[in-house]
Amino acid sequence: MTAELITALPALPIIVPLLTAILLIAGPSRRAQRTLGLAGSLATLAASIALVLLTRGGQVMPIQAGGWAAPYGITLVADMLGALMVLIAALIGLVGLVFTIAAGRDDRFVHAGWQFLLTGINWAFLTGDLFNLYVSYEVMLISSYFLLTHGTTQRQAREAFGYVAINLVASMFFLFGVALIYSATGTLNMAHLAERIPLAPAGTVRAASMMLLVAFGTKAAIFPFYFWLPHAYAIPPGGVAAFFGGMLTKVGVYSLFRVFTIIFPSGGPDPLLLWSAAGTMLFGVLGALAQDSVRRILSFHIISQVGYMIMGLALASQLGIAGGIFYILHHIVVKSGLLLVGGAIEETQRTDRLDRLGGLARNNGVLALVFMVCALSLAGVPPFSGFFAKLLLIRAGLEVGQYGVVAVSIVVSVLTLMSMLKIYTTAFWGPGEPKRAPARLVAPAAALALITIAVGLRPQVLYSLTSTAAAHLTQPARYIGTVLRK
Amino acid sequence: MATLVALLVGVLVATGFYLLLGKSLLRQIIGLSLLSHAANVIILLSAGLRGGVPVISATREPMTDPLPQALILTAIVISFGVTAFLLALGYRMHLFGGEEKRGEEKRDDR
Repeated sequence: MTAELITALPALPIIVPLLTAILLIAGPSRRAQRTLGLAGSLATLAASIALVLLTRGGQVMPIQAGGWAAPYGITLVADMLGALMVLIAALIGLVGLVFTIAAGRDDRFVHAGWQFLLTGINWAFLTGDLFNLYVSYEVMLISSYFLLTHGTTQRQAREAFGYVAINLVASMFFLFGVALIYSATGTLNMAHLAERIPLAPAGTVRAASMMLLVAFGTKAAIFPFYFWLPHAYAIPPGGVAAFFGGMLTKVGVYSLFRVFTIIFPSGGPDPLLLWSAAGTMLFGVLGALAQDSVRRILSFHIISQVGYMIMGLALASQLGIAGGIFYILHHIVVKSGLLLVGGAIEETQRTDRLDRLGGLARNNGVLALVFMVCALSLAGVPPFSGFFAKLLLIRAGLEVGQYGVVAVSIVVSVLTLMSMLKIYTTAFWGPGEPKRAPARLVAPAAALALITIAVGLRPQVLYSLTSTAAAHLTQPARYIGTVLRK
Repeated sequence: MATLVALLVGVLVATGFYLLLGKSLLRQIIGLSLLSHAANVIILLSAGLRGGVPVISATREPMTDPLPQALILTAIVISFGVTAFLLALGYRMHLFGGEEKRGEEKRDDR
């Protein structure tokens, strides 16, 4: 029994939220919905913690759906990277849900949409097959369209339409890439592709990889495909925005990490990705400096931070990729924390415009502290997790001699600090007697702030995990061997 | 034959993007569904157009690869769902404002 449960474990982070969502659609009372939604999120979190513990030593856990052996069947694979991503998704899903419930923003079907979104995200992290990655993206995106447009005004509906359209275009590029890969190799299983891509015609492979770069790059909001993000993420209420801003673009980043290491290995620093990383960092932070509302500033910072992750991937060394994964995990915690602080401000003050806010620190001491911790961590000030994430990337960059991108990353982190201080000095200091945010709205963000402090105090624990994850990507032999049972 | 189908994909993509860049909401939705058709056709093309027999057949002739058809079926269902969602969203925007053109009026700042 226990052995069977362990074999089935990689499927649980997908099945648990899916079943919860189906039960929620049946429409029990609001109280029951809250209990069920929280229980589903907690169970997913428990399954993902078990998954991280089981893959900690570098194990790869595949599931062949229906007993059809890879590469013919549908494969789910949990390795260290997938397990870590599922863990962070379950965590942010739970914290965001607690905030949404605390703010009373969970009207009909929000709970179901939330669990479907979690299903899609976890599926994307655990699939071992390119076409299933596409399907999981669509499950995730359709749920996100719903959560984005739920109870919107006209202006929001219009911006949501743009979000749907841009994602559909990206999905088309994804399918073009899938078709090209299938015609060149005759397989879509990632492990099988890793073996067959070197034998395929180079031109088709290059074209396919560019299609996938555009598709994932659009969803990850990298330069020059980031323009849609600040509009879309300014729409939903705080809890949803924290889940979106933390997780959704990172699914795109995760796909880039998976595909551009195992399937299309670059063998050295990739100039295209390096330029894109530098552009993403720089334009994101410059955009943030020009904004005047908390939510919009934070949205532009999502873009800028994605640049750091792509920098890790572009360096293509094991240290770089480990640093990139470290950065992804750190960023999701900190950014969701900041967006939850933004949400708490918006729920209590009914605005997040900097010119209408002021003096928040006077009667919201804890909120100010949580914001400061997350903001300093985002900018990379020691002793928080952001410092170690940036340190790893900068060291990796210096090791392979990419001084340009290292310089950009240092300049951008100073600019990040500047725009975080802009929020702090105008919204938290200055004149004004704002209302006090209730503790139930501050607690979720505070929990995330504690995590960034904890990671900052013991960075080697997380680093050893991300280092294992990176080893699977740079030397995929074990991944391929386990999935294809050689 | 493959060249002709490839050209068809090109025409679908070009028409889709042309409609998407227009200002009418309905045209944009039609453009998006044309783009997803283009993706379906290129998946069909990916297995080659050899005109073999279906996969379950008594004879030993070369078979047509059934996988792309399964992929297309999935992609069609997804694009159907998303198009339905877009039409509902468009209808809602219409109810809200009584106008269906995007990006014409002044952006209201919050």
